[in-house]
Amino acid sequence: MSAVQTTSAPDDTRRRGPLAEVVFSLLRSRTFLVGIAIVLFWVVCAFFGEHFAPYDPLADDIINALSPPSSEHWFGTDQIGRDVFSRVIVGSRDILTVAPLATLLATVAGTALGLLTGYFRGIVDDIVSRILEAFMAIPVVIVALLAIVALGTSKTTVIIVIGLSFAPIIARTVRSAVLAERELDYVAAAQLRHESAFHTMFVEILPNVIPPILVETTVRLGYAIFAVATLSFMGFGIQPPSPDWGLSISSNYGMIGGGFWWTVLFDALAIASLVIGVNLAADGVHGAFND
Amino acid sequence: MVFLGGQVLPGNVGRAILGPFADQRAVDALNHSLGVDRPLLVQYWSWISNFVQGDMGTSYIFRSPVAPFVIDALGNSLKLAAVAFVLVVPIGILGGVVAALNLNRPLDRIISLGGLSVTVLPEFVTGIILILIFGVWLRWLPISAAWPKDAGFFTQLYYLILPALPLFLVLFGYIARMARSGMIEALDSDYTRTAVLKGLPWRTVIWRHVLRNALMPTITVIATQTGYLIGGLVVIETLFRYQGIGSLIFTAARGKDFPMLESGILTIGIVYAVATLIADFLYSVLNPRIRLGAEQ
Repeated sequence: MSAVQTTSAPDDTRRRGPLAEVVFSLLRSRTFLVGIAIVLFWVVCAFFGEHFAPYDPLADDIINALSPPSSEHWFGTDQIGRDVFSRVIVGSRDILTVAPLATLLATVAGTALGLLTGYFRGIVDDIVSRILEAFMAIPVVIVALLAIVALGTSKTTVIIVIGLSFAPIIARTVRSAVLAERELDYVAAAQLRHESAFHTMFVEILPNVIPPILVETTVRLGYAIFAVATLSFMGFGIQPPSPDWGLSISSNYGMIGGGFWWTVLFDALAIASLVIGVNLAADGVHGAFND
Repeated sequence: MVFLGGQVLPGNVGRAILGPFADQRAVDALNHSLGVDRPLLVQYWSWISNFVQGDMGTSYIFRSPVAPFVIDALGNSLKLAAVAFVLVVPIGILGGVVAALNLNRPLDRIISLGGLSVTVLPEFVTGIILILIFGVWLRWLPISAAWPKDAGFFTQLYYLILPALPLFLVLFGYIARMARSGMIEALDSDYTRTAVLKGLPWRTVIWRHVLRNALMPTITVIATQTGYLIGGLVVIETLFRYQGIGSLIFTAARGKDFPMLESGILTIGIVYAVATLIADFLYSVLNPRIRLGAEQ
């Protein structure tokens, strides 16, 4: 799949450049537009949420605790009287910081590893690939559990755990793209010029494998949000009093049997919308590079 | 391929488990000063050889042997996973096949988009929404998976439906998508055209020619999803307060109960390796080329 993408990426000069081509087809994709609209909505909430949230997301109001949705509190209040609507709005901030950073780490590490294994092949490839496969075999949640026991809970731990768990997957994609790319004439030309391996990999090959990397990165972002939300639900990573969605669900779902549905439903829907938004956008990016 | 899958994958899992383990032993030694004077490898060796003999060590928290806890929890988790699998494998494959046979028609769109949407959602999110719908509003199903003591098979099943559903939803999308693309490829192939041109009835073509070829990649996917399923179990068992291997690991990790944590994870590694082996076996049963070789 990725091999096809790279070879079909136009390297001749057209009337519209390849980048404009991609942007143009993205803007025509309804899937992408819907997805990016949802994501942008939450990004705006993450940046400016407290300016238009009706209440302070951290201010408690014990007298009005656990009041159901009303005109005063649109989404009701939680067990210490905090406004759920405001918390949902501002709650996008932590997940939208941690997940993209983890994805960035995964992309950088994965691209470097993919270039190394794809370019050198042979014994380097064998050793690194086996280690990466071993990493991929363990579920992220388990890695996270171990890392958090060993390193303690913090956002940084979560970023590192998710970043390193996803890096092998990106490395695999990059590797297969590089394997196809390194057979092309421009690589041979660079080698004949006695360019260093570093130069050949990062200056010659890398720009030509950007499309599959971009596609994989957007897809991984969706999974990173999935993983970050899950980890904060489990109590790892993002810590109270952050209004993070996963964290709110984990501190409120114990009362669900009492019928206090508003304390968890809106957070769950927020996560759902963000994850689906990112995946729709990723689908659009995938389509744009493959057309 | 089968050889590689059978030999390399489980081997990798073993090593994968060993990597984090070494770390845990180090942390363990540091925190609890238990056998710190021995080299890491020696500690590890004595622990692993005891494990093989069925002695999983003593829990720091419960001050009693780990093995009964792990075995109980594993049994509970297998029940939950079995319910999810029994539901998802036939329904997922059916969904994919129906979608492929109705390619690009509304039914295909609904199955593909629906499958994709539920697959990308974290289990605890679908879990919460399902609890709200079926447990709180409709009151059809219990919101906790802890069934009363001495509950019979059907009562246990009744309690397991709601926890199994989120796992079902996540897996459904994957399996249906694989089955769908496998079907599309098989339907498009030369041998299907030959079978149709031979005048075989459509039903026979689908059952004997298309399905067998279409489902092979699906089986591989199902096997790799066991790894995912284990991660999902940790979340679901916590959400539903179910005493399975996932919640055992979770509690052990929170309480820094290392013997329990290590045994739990090693057990999962073994389950994963076994699942991969079974998948390889099924693959060779379904693959006519391998069977042909056996007959010769």
